[in-house]
Amino acid sequence: MDLTTFLIQCLNSVQYGLLLFLVASGLTLIFGIMGVINLAHGSFYMIGAYLAFSLSALLGSLPLALLVGTVLAVAFGYVLEWVFFSYLYDREHLQQVLMTYGLILVFEELRSLLVGDDVHGVAMPDLLAGSIAIGNGMTYPVYRLFVSGVCLLLAIGMYLLISKTRLGMMVRAGATNREMVQSLGINITLLYRVVFAVGVALAVFAGMIAAPVSSVYPGMGGQVLIICFVVVVIGGIGSIKGALVAALLIGFVDTFGKVLWQEGAGALVYVLMAAILLWRPAGLFKAG
Amino acid sequence: MTPILTRTLLATALLSLAGGALAQDKLKVGFMLPYTGTFAALGVAIENGFKQYVDEQGGKLGGRAVEYVKVDDESDPSKAADNANKLVKRDNVDVMVGTVHSGVAMAMAKVAKDNNTLLIVPNAGADAITGPLCAPNIFRSSFSNWQTGFAMGKVAAERKIKTAATITWKYAAGDESVRGFKEGFEAGGGKVVKEMNLPFPGIEFQALLTEVSSIKPDAVYTFFAGGGAVKFVKDWSAAGLGNSVKLIGSGFLTDGTLEAQGDAAKGLLTTLHYADDLTNPKDKAFRLQYAKTYKLQPDVYAVQGYDAAQLLGAGMAAVKGDVKNRDGLVKAMESARIDSPRGPFTLSKAHNPVQDFYLREVNGKVNKNVGIAVKGLTDPARGCKA
Repeated sequence: MDLTTFLIQCLNSVQYGLLLFLVASGLTLIFGIMGVINLAHGSFYMIGAYLAFSLSALLGSLPLALLVGTVLAVAFGYVLEWVFFSYLYDREHLQQVLMTYGLILVFEELRSLLVGDDVHGVAMPDLLAGSIAIGNGMTYPVYRLFVSGVCLLLAIGMYLLISKTRLGMMVRAGATNREMVQSLGINITLLYRVVFAVGVALAVFAGMIAAPVSSVYPGMGGQVLIICFVVVVIGGIGSIKGALVAALLIGFVDTFGKVLWQEGAGALVYVLMAAILLWRPAGLFKAG
Repeated sequence: MTPILTRTLLATALLSLAGGALAQDKLKVGFMLPYTGTFAALGVAIENGFKQYVDEQGGKLGGRAVEYVKVDDESDPSKAADNANKLVKRDNVDVMVGTVHSGVAMAMAKVAKDNNTLLIVPNAGADAITGPLCAPNIFRSSFSNWQTGFAMGKVAAERKIKTAATITWKYAAGDESVRGFKEGFEAGGGKVVKEMNLPFPGIEFQALLTEVSSIKPDAVYTFFAGGGAVKFVKDWSAAGLGNSVKLIGSGFLTDGTLEAQGDAAKGLLTTLHYADDLTNPKDKAFRLQYAKTYKLQPDVYAVQGYDAAQLLGAGMAAVKGDVKNRDGLVKAMESARIDSPRGPFTLSKAHNPVQDFYLREVNGKVNKNVGIAVKGLTDPARGCKA
């Protein structure tokens, strides 16, 4: 492997890692702060991809679809928390797993009824459709760089929101001690609803922005869900910083695993998870 | 024994007797196909094709009316043996037809072998079905994975491609297809310089595409289908590799996926035993009738279902509907010349079609036939001892 190839593979790793982070950050928020195991998180990613497909056909432009889709996603998350998830906080994990698993089936079936079981593609905006040359006759797709840029911005934004703002402080406090926050006069019900809506919107947004490169097909949520849980567990449940580090780590291990050791590439990520759990049973970072 | 229980038992016995008597009059065909999940459309196409041929014969094969039973196999190998046993033991079918998924089809082949039930496989390409698992009662009306790969390998070598890399999912169908490609390509003087794969059904191809651009082979051979095929072709196009490296593949790369692949698929070369614009009269008549009956355009899966019925029909005609005359039935099916929409084919000793493979080029939304890649290609049937 020469230097250029190595650097491009690093770029691939970072790019995959950042996209993973975008999906997993929503999961870690919901899981860590609200204590709900949400198996339906992968479905939100799937819904995002299908939204990008339907909306960009309807509105004729992907950026516009992203905007409308995000607004819809926040509303959808808000309602979903109100109707279903708000009943789950005091229940056992098993009941949470059962209900969110049921939601997966419902979402998949609805998807099948509304859009069908065909595979679809989403066109990239013309401006970002090309690829740029990076020396030695190699090129890199512009859209992937764009996706990485957007993910990076969101990551920074989220970090600032959680660690520097009043809202972030309330969220962190709510995660540590729900009752105490409530007795200090903060409307925890509303706070949770907003956090959940943001978590859903992050996954939906990830699905939408990845749709042009990932294609849109039945069952795509399931694949994402598993790797997202790996990110959350490695990073430490509820930690945004942890999710970022874990996602990048997985990006590198997966990419270089595929190139250097194909036979074991499928298992490498899980070996990494097991090793990290042995070393730090609570994940790399603590919540917050 | 209580009176009620006795009566229930009697009633059940009578009912099953009546059922048995009815079944003797009709030929009982058991479809074990995917009716839900990713492959649902394929299962329906196969059933449609099969029924179209039977209906063309006035609903009869070898003079016997045909009755159908259906099981949804869900493309789930872990339920395959149970589902196949349901058809064989509960429904007492005369012949099983199925399926799409290779893993499920292999379990069906084992059940068919154990119970000596007639089986016609209308899609699954696993080499083993007409290889180590081959048996007098097991037939295939579709293709073997080796065949689609070999045909492309031969074409690539003929087109003066010197070096090729391969990319596929790490599972039986991908491995078999790549093995076929390598054999055809290297026999023609080419060299496979690197074999790459990723776990099924992963779709993070970027790392492998970067590898391709650093190795710079003349061509890359791929075996992907469905969602993976769409993403791979789009990633390939976005990576800008198309100018220096030629992408080629088995026909499944561009079958049923062109709508989603859009411009990214333009000009791709693939090989398959069917194309969208064959000009033979049989295909024209078939496509017209299919479109009229089902209000759908037929595809390669419908053709394979149609030919499964033709194959069974040839056997039934020879034994005049006496399905118990298994030797006569099998002999007639083995020596049948099937006038398929894909062009006529016969069967190899291991019961896999000996057929022409077409070279197709993606043009707009169709796989345009640009000539025959290999004429009368026979699967080597490695490991078949029957």
